[in-house]
Amino acid sequence: MADTGLKYLLPGIRDLHKIEIYEKHGGYEALKKALGMKPDAVIEEVKKSNLRGRGGACFPTGLKWSFMPKKSDKPKYLCVNADEGEPGTFKDREILGQNPHVLIEGTLIASYAMGVKTAYVYIRGEYVKWMNILEKAIEEAYEKGYIGKNIAGSKYSVDIYVHRGAGAYICGEESSLMNSLEGERGYPRVRPPFPAQFGLWGCPTTINNVETLANVPVIITHGADWYLKIGYEKHPGTLLYGVSGHVKKPGIFELPTGVLLTDLIFNHAGGVRGDKKIKAVIPGGSSTPILRGDNIEDVRMDADSLIKAGSSIGTGGVIVMDEDTDIPLVLERIAHFYHHESCGQCTPCREGTGWMEKILNRINRAEGTMKDLDILMDVANNIEGNTICALGDAAAWPVQSALKNFREEFEAKVKNAENVAA
Amino acid sequence: MLQEEKRARLDTIIKRYPEKRAALLPALHLVQEQEGYVSKEAMQYIADYLEVPFGHVLGVVTFYSMFYDKPIGRNHIQVCTNVSCQLLGSGTVVDHIGAYCGIKPGETSKDGKFTLSEVECLGSCGTAPMMQINDDYHENLTVEKLDKILDSLK
Repeated sequence: MADTGLKYLLPGIRDLHKIEIYEKHGGYEALKKALGMKPDAVIEEVKKSNLRGRGGACFPTGLKWSFMPKKSDKPKYLCVNADEGEPGTFKDREILGQNPHVLIEGTLIASYAMGVKTAYVYIRGEYVKWMNILEKAIEEAYEKGYIGKNIAGSKYSVDIYVHRGAGAYICGEESSLMNSLEGERGYPRVRPPFPAQFGLWGCPTTINNVETLANVPVIITHGADWYLKIGYEKHPGTLLYGVSGHVKKPGIFELPTGVLLTDLIFNHAGGVRGDKKIKAVIPGGSSTPILRGDNIEDVRMDADSLIKAGSSIGTGGVIVMDEDTDIPLVLERIAHFYHHESCGQCTPCREGTGWMEKILNRINRAEGTMKDLDILMDVANNIEGNTICALGDAAAWPVQSALKNFREEFEAKVKNAENVAA
Repeated sequence: MLQEEKRARLDTIIKRYPEKRAALLPALHLVQEQEGYVSKEAMQYIADYLEVPFGHVLGVVTFYSMFYDKPIGRNHIQVCTNVSCQLLGSGTVVDHIGAYCGIKPGETSKDGKFTLSEVECLGSCGTAPMMQINDDYHENLTVEKLDKILDSLK
């Protein structure tokens, strides 16, 4: 799993966002190739490639596409999830800004494979700059005949529209995203029915993350066998790892799946500021369980390895915390986030996220008790698995893992409080 | 209510969806672009235009954090205070701006020049600490950089 230097998402080519530059580097050739294949063959190739979703859940993309009905009286839709909002995650905006055409090409191939005639890119409302770049790129692709009627000289027609969100983390959840697109509050839907049966306006719908779709052209160009050799074969391809927090050179690094977490932190992100020790690492965005710094030695960045390590690859957004970090304070900030972003539909999440934040605030104000620690864990356990969507789990995991892996820090704050009170 | 050019844009947008109400978020963005916030009158106008109940529009406006139901300052300074920014001093950024503008988070300065907000992750974790002023991101903030930016605001 050595770094071969392969970069197909962010190759660092100057002005790649312009269509003529993208074409000069082989852009839209994968689309032409796909249009010459049967739609099912495209899905088969993506299935065979083991491409897994890059939005956090690692669901096999080809399998997801195959859930779409072949024949449908209703129109079929594709939603591109560009509602990037998971704290620690800042990768999709780089694709949108540097290489929007690879996303457009992937979206077109996916649409063709599933028989979709309309695709919507749901982009977070704050990404105005990146939305403008994407819209310009879409305009260029329309002008060149890659989007619209009879694309690239084929019999297939498709439209792509950009839909701007308005500041709600929950809308990155696929069923909430669909409701938001329909003009509703961003409330997640109960499943089943699943989007492939009953999605946008009750029609078959697939939702894919930006980075996921951006992986598709290279799979069609080089084939699944070639793709399987990049990184870890059960979760292949390159990933856009984002490293932030207490590192010397934070940023996005395109590397194969399965790189060592320590390699990412020390070689690519330049190591820890002030050469301090690492106290904790959140490996894949704020909802993934927090790891102890003394426990990351052999951890590899792929779906299976991180589960084994007790966490999750999530979005690949790594947050590094040095030895001086106040973990209960960080956890309170995370708890505040989930409380703020809970849509309010399910009682365990709506109430529980608020309780967790309050308890953590009490502990950090040096007014907590030992019993608070048990209540905190109890609340987290009662949110997990008891909500319509995964936001509840996402709120519970950081709390559970921080209490388990850094219990001494919470106890120290509580003991300090009890001493003061005595 | 909506200026001619914006209404034309809205009409184009409506055609992208099988149902008019799907254009609600885009319509609200257009209103806010024009008015600076979404008034009750604007909500009624949009409700009529898209043929949805007023209460539905109100519910949507209050659900999404980017829609304001009251006027705010000309410069909406939104500081990300989520984890990656927290670790690199977003607290100092908030304090510094607060002192400069003479307001606390959640407040608008009396002259209507600034509104200061603490916000959730804006997807700039690799360039923390950061803030957004109106549509623009300002990243890798330092106190010196902050002063320059604040001085340049009108």
